[in-house]
Amino acid sequence: MVQDNGKEQTLALKLRVWRQRRGQPGAFEEHSLAAVPTSASFLEMMDMLNEQLIKAGKDTFAFDHDCREGICGMCSMTINGMPHGPIPGVTTCQLHMRNFRDGETITVEPWRARAFPVLKDLAVDRSGFDKVIQSGGFITVRTGSAPEANNIPVPKPVADEAMDAAECIGCGACVASCKNGSAMLFVGAKINHLNILPQGQAERDRRTLSMVKTMDEAGFGNCSNYGECQAHCPKSITLDVIAKLNRDYLRARVKEFFSSTGKPSKGGD
Amino acid sequence: MNLDSKIPAGPLADKWNNHKAKLRLVNPANRRKYHVIVVGSGLAGSAAAASFAEMGYEVSCFCYQDSPRRAHSIAAQGGINAAKNYQNDGDSVRRLFQDTIKGGDYRAREANVYRLAQVSTSIIDQCVAQGVPFAREYGGLLANRSFGGAQVSRTFYARGQTGQQLLIGAYSALSRQIGLGTVKMYTRHEMLDLVLVDGKAKGIVTRDLVTGAVESWSSDVVVVCTGGYGNVFYLSTNAQGCNVTATFRAHRRGAGFANPCYTQIHPTCIPVHGEDQSKLTLMSESLRNDGRVWVPKNKADCAKPASEVPEEARDYFLERKYPSYGNLAPRDIASRAAKEVCDEGRGVGQVVDGKRLGVYLDFSAAIKRLGEAEVRARYGNLFDMYENITGENAYKQPMRIFPAVHYTMGGLWVDYNLQSNIPGLFVGGEANFSDHGANRLGASALMQGLADGYFVLPYTVTDYLAGEKSGSRPSNDAPEFKAVVKDVNDRVAKLLSINGTKSPRYYHKALGKITWEKCGMARDKAGLEGAIRDLQALRKDFWENVKVVGSGDALAPELERAGRVADFLDFGIMMCLDALTREESCGGHFRTEFQDAGEAKRDDAQYAHAAVWQWTGENQLPARHVEPLVYEETQLSTRSYK
Amino acid sequence: MALTGLVLAGFVLGHMTGNLLMFKSSEAINAYAAWLHANKGLLWGARTVLILSTFAHIWVGIQLALENRAARDGGPADDATRRATIASRTMPYSGVVILGFAIFHLLHFTFRTIALGGATFAEGDVYKMLIAGFSCKPVAYFYIISMLLLCLHLSHGVSSVFQTLGLRNERWRSRLDGLALAYAWIIALGFISIPLAVLTGCLK
Repeated sequence: MVQDNGKEQTLALKLRVWRQRRGQPGAFEEHSLAAVPTSASFLEMMDMLNEQLIKAGKDTFAFDHDCREGICGMCSMTINGMPHGPIPGVTTCQLHMRNFRDGETITVEPWRARAFPVLKDLAVDRSGFDKVIQSGGFITVRTGSAPEANNIPVPKPVADEAMDAAECIGCGACVASCKNGSAMLFVGAKINHLNILPQGQAERDRRTLSMVKTMDEAGFGNCSNYGECQAHCPKSITLDVIAKLNRDYLRARVKEFFSSTGKPSKGGD
Repeated sequence: MNLDSKIPAGPLADKWNNHKAKLRLVNPANRRKYHVIVVGSGLAGSAAAASFAEMGYEVSCFCYQDSPRRAHSIAAQGGINAAKNYQNDGDSVRRLFQDTIKGGDYRAREANVYRLAQVSTSIIDQCVAQGVPFAREYGGLLANRSFGGAQVSRTFYARGQTGQQLLIGAYSALSRQIGLGTVKMYTRHEMLDLVLVDGKAKGIVTRDLVTGAVESWSSDVVVVCTGGYGNVFYLSTNAQGCNVTATFRAHRRGAGFANPCYTQIHPTCIPVHGEDQSKLTLMSESLRNDGRVWVPKNKADCAKPASEVPEEARDYFLERKYPSYGNLAPRDIASRAAKEVCDEGRGVGQVVDGKRLGVYLDFSAAIKRLGEAEVRARYGNLFDMYENITGENAYKQPMRIFPAVHYTMGGLWVDYNLQSNIPGLFVGGEANFSDHGANRLGASALMQGLADGYFVLPYTVTDYLAGEKSGSRPSNDAPEFKAVVKDVNDRVAKLLSINGTKSPRYYHKALGKITWEKCGMARDKAGLEGAIRDLQALRKDFWENVKVVGSGDALAPELERAGRVADFLDFGIMMCLDALTREESCGGHFRTEFQDAGEAKRDDAQYAHAAVWQWTGENQLPARHVEPLVYEETQLSTRSYK
Repeated sequence: MALTGLVLAGFVLGHMTGNLLMFKSSEAINAYAAWLHANKGLLWGARTVLILSTFAHIWVGIQLALENRAARDGGPADDATRRATIASRTMPYSGVVILGFAIFHLLHFTFRTIALGGATFAEGDVYKMLIAGFSCKPVAYFYIISMLLLCLHLSHGVSSVFQTLGLRNERWRSRLDGLALAYAWIIALGFISIPLAVLTGCLK
């Protein structure tokens, strides 16, 4: 933001930033940072802090970040207790310093959840998410075996709904914001994306049961319907996906229970 | 340097099918005895790794991110081209081929581009079957749009997140294989070198970014899909981690690097706001469909708010210079025009580094004509994104835009099989140079990444493996591996031990300033020669005065950056040298000496070739080689958008 | 949680409706009690389902609470809440108080091992028993507070049932939340009306 005199507004900040080495206990470190332009993003502010640390010969804070345009899902900071900070619907990289006050103390922490152990400082291990996808978050289709694309009509409302769920960037803010450390929003989003498309029917029950099982094994908590995940999701994915995950899970379990093999064999209705 | 392109004989339309029919196969029972290393997990890497595993090979895939799903393919917005002709508007494989060749300003290989157009249709089939939620019509069939000035509607899209959805599709295929145990995935691993045994690529050396462990991995073939080098400009639309290290390390081991000077600038990015900026954000080019680009006629008006500049004092320079295309002039032309007016001192917005680098993209006429609701319906998400980043409401005041580096067409040289001049080293996606010539058309990057990964590499790598005895790969205890591991360890130790005064980011910024100023949108001899000298001095300074904090045995972002910047410094010199020695203008490469009143002037007689650079040693300038481009079925013409 | 909770939520509705017979006449409620006791099969059937549901509800609830606490790993030092309601965040606590109340309530009115209120309970005269029981002010206040906590518990619990069974979506969310809240208040006010009437002397 530019002031009338053509100069950019800046902030002086006090920062409490989490410092931790892998497998060891961590603690907050306090730092002051002057002249932070209000136009800078939160991560650029962290870059400035790190440059200041380098000048002083100290180790920088490690944090995850990559695309810095809100789509890769790599950035992950809990800012003043809120995953991705105080502005709903944006990732940390899209949070700008104009949303903070001069002289403010900002607390920066990693995602906090047992399933996301800290690797260093603000960077955590989110491989639990990948494991959930590996256990069923796909439609089995070998390269080259696909039918002509327009042979599978997908009604527009269905495609739109699948797309709503598929917008999930896998950042983990849902887990970090959940008072239970639950991954239901993430898993629900993927289940919704694949389970409502005609292409996804063949593996529907299998997928649901397998992903939920892996989710539980990965150490995530359970859903208590707090709604914090939706409120902190940078892509504003709604609790609907959890309701549908629950429905699909119940249905698959019932079908599995009554099936002749005791296994999820078929998808669809 | 052996630069045999191995283009198959026969008519263009039959080359790929004939070639495929002749490629050798590997017996299914033998496939698991071959180990394939794939570096990078973007569209090309994920697609290739999944496909190899489905075929039965033992696959290891490496990426520096914390998950394969984060690769920068994810950030592509616009869409993916395919010659499906669903819109019945006359599209065909040949037309897509022609558009791509012409878009590339006749500096791409005909046979490769034709193949790309041919397999484009299978990509859409594959992605739809994977559950990619492409836009649909109410009848349930796929929707298309026209993109990047194409005369047909051949672009498939998933809202503004096509790259994300395609990557999630490829990632899910890869994840399935990881779950089945057929792919071993190594995340947070960065490839730091290539291992050659008897002149063939037989493995890589990586650093585990979490533990700092430097390890070697042996394989029968190495497939590198590590993306482009746009971050040589420091500020670009690339992700922070995008780097040239994997391809440049391969280059240092003997792989030719082709056309590094071909870089694409995207005209509609949000301008630089300050010295501490780390990243430029792209906004969809579709904004130019309804926005009008202008700057004040008089420098004196540049500091004023846009609303205080009267209509008659505005210069709609694209409409003035290119009356028929107007605001929709191609990317490179629109970008250069913006740079020119800013160089004249007529830029708008914040003063950064003594200049105002921005032009207005004004929607007031569109709002008047269509109403704010309609403009919101068309571009609402982009206006929101703009407001989020700049704090300005583009419904009330014009957006400010400026060009930024977006894509790099150059890359490791590969033959028709996507094999580099090092046997056993294959290169896919943006990391190779093969398909886009001197300029890439919109919605073609995703197409090329997936084409290479799904439909080219599985065939050509199999052909290579068929010639390698199964079980013949060396152990990674072999002296060749130990020597490379030592090189990598030495280099890491060196970076950590310099203990100078300036941060890696300082050097990255300094590098970017030089490359952007002298080797950006417009280049000239004197500037490039100066840039090479400046970069050599900067490189010397780097190795004497860089300060890398952190330790080698933990997550050390400064060490990662230092290693990448070191390679970018060497690479930047090569890029400038390539730009200096290509004495013509073509596509994204604009030499101010070679123009026709602002239009790029190609020199087909002298430069209808790919320039391929060979590493000659530390602190030496690389050597230039040439692969002539032979056009069998294409008439070379001059692009005109006036 | 949802299925057992549904049983318990249904039970409190039945219980509350029966209680309201107090306002009709002493004969009505005594006759209702006598009818219940006469149908041993129905009574014990219902009691069995209730007991099983209660234990299951408690058992699963404790497990989930422990699992969730562990999964949270302490949470941020500076935890902020954007949306979660007080009701949702206090479910284990409101649950514990309600459990404590239920035990007391059973000892008081069913097993009658606690004889607060001073009156000796005449067998078969539920009406008198209640009047006597609620004439003891601490009992009435405890009862009222517990019923308000039950209201809190139900307001989140009932709306969660729809979510857990997958019967809720963004469009219906606020309507179902409203329905749950109304249900919770009806139950709570229904129960509270009796001690309140006793305290104010409307029921004697």
